[in-house]
Amino acid sequence: MVEFAIWDILRNLLLAARWTLLLSLIALLGGGVLASMLLVLRLLRKKTFQILISVYVEIFQGTPLLMQLFLFYFGLALLGFDTSIWWSASAALILYTGAYLTDIWWGCVRSVPKGQWFAGQSLGFSFFQQLRFIVLPQAYRLSVAPTVGFLVQVIKATALTSVIGFIELTKAGTMISNVTFKPFLVFSFIALIYFIICYPLSWVASKLEVRLAC
Amino acid sequence: MNVEFDFISVLEQWPILLTGVSWTLGLTAISTFLGVLSGLSLAWVRVKKFSALNTFIKVYVELIRNTPFIVQLFFIFFGLPQLGLRLSPEVSSLLAMTINLSAYSSEIIRAGIDSTPIGQIQAGKSLGLSEFSVFFNIILPPALFRVWPALVAQIIIVMLGSAVCGQISTEELSYAANLIQSRNFRGFESYIIAAVLYLVLAVVMRLLLNQVGKNLMFRGLLKNG
Repeated sequence: MVEFAIWDILRNLLLAARWTLLLSLIALLGGGVLASMLLVLRLLRKKTFQILISVYVEIFQGTPLLMQLFLFYFGLALLGFDTSIWWSASAALILYTGAYLTDIWWGCVRSVPKGQWFAGQSLGFSFFQQLRFIVLPQAYRLSVAPTVGFLVQVIKATALTSVIGFIELTKAGTMISNVTFKPFLVFSFIALIYFIICYPLSWVASKLEVRLAC
Repeated sequence: MNVEFDFISVLEQWPILLTGVSWTLGLTAISTFLGVLSGLSLAWVRVKKFSALNTFIKVYVELIRNTPFIVQLFFIFFGLPQLGLRLSPEVSSLLAMTINLSAYSSEIIRAGIDSTPIGQIQAGKSLGLSEFSVFFNIILPPALFRVWPALVAQIIIVMLGSAVCGQISTEELSYAANLIQSRNFRGFESYIIAAVLYLVLAVVMRLLLNQVGKNLMFRGLLKNG
């Protein structure tokens, strides 16, 4: 058995935390792009889009992320698609993030008073001009706090990719604890690292909320 | 590429699926009861502002809310035995779910309590009601009513999150899906069926709990406006 110093354990965990952060970033950017497109489609107020988008949101919010990951990693492979772990984990997380962000941002856009749209119309703005110059700047201000809050949920969600074998913080920790026989120490460190990443974000989100409420 | 779906061979294993659904529901039911109850107590202590306890609860809530559920579960199942506390997979799952829900629900319930108009509390006090009675008869019912939808959403998140408990061999629904696909190699189909079952559970639970909230718990409140 190899002896591991505490520093070795911590160093390896911190190295693995890079992948947690990178995966969160991919999920947030990909999910953000997806959610923006769906948001515009939803605003066009076509029945078919509305129904399709609510079905998508309901499916990805109503099933466990773990099942989504299994389907993307094991499921698609059985159907003959060549899925690497990076692709499956990213795809599942992007769709999961997109489903929540669409909902959050939709709420923000809807809380901009209807009169703002009409004002734009009366100035002869096109739909996209109303959206770009009048509604989105106002909705953006409302959306910052809940989006930062949701980012915490995304970072925590990446921990589930460890189950399909993606080596990020949680998976690295499980492996290290199997080698060192110090599960208590290792899992305390993992929790601490997640906390150090997530807590500042939660704090910022709650401060932003307070500022908006005033 | 020619792929044939064979959902029947998965559905033939329905006893395994049924066991899975019952474990998922059972774990959710018990952890909802215990979690909301302890969340309520935590919220009560925080509103009362006992300073030392308050800080302790704040740290507990933030620790739970800013770490992933799977890490909490692994900490309980793999980490605690090192301290001499060895729990079965089922008890570990239940404990992790309860702890998780208690932290979230305490914040949700506290938000409801904080939005109580001060006049209502003063009215209760001026009627000579005890502090206990003011809290449980005046503050709490409308507070719970206000945050009920958020609480229901959180309970459903915990139910969906319990899919991870299969990883420490609790025989819930995702464990059942894994078991079936290891028997007949129908991975795609068994995960789809499990996902559909989760979706049905989530939708039914949401409708049911919202109805329970409206019709049973808060009937008086709705009648009085």
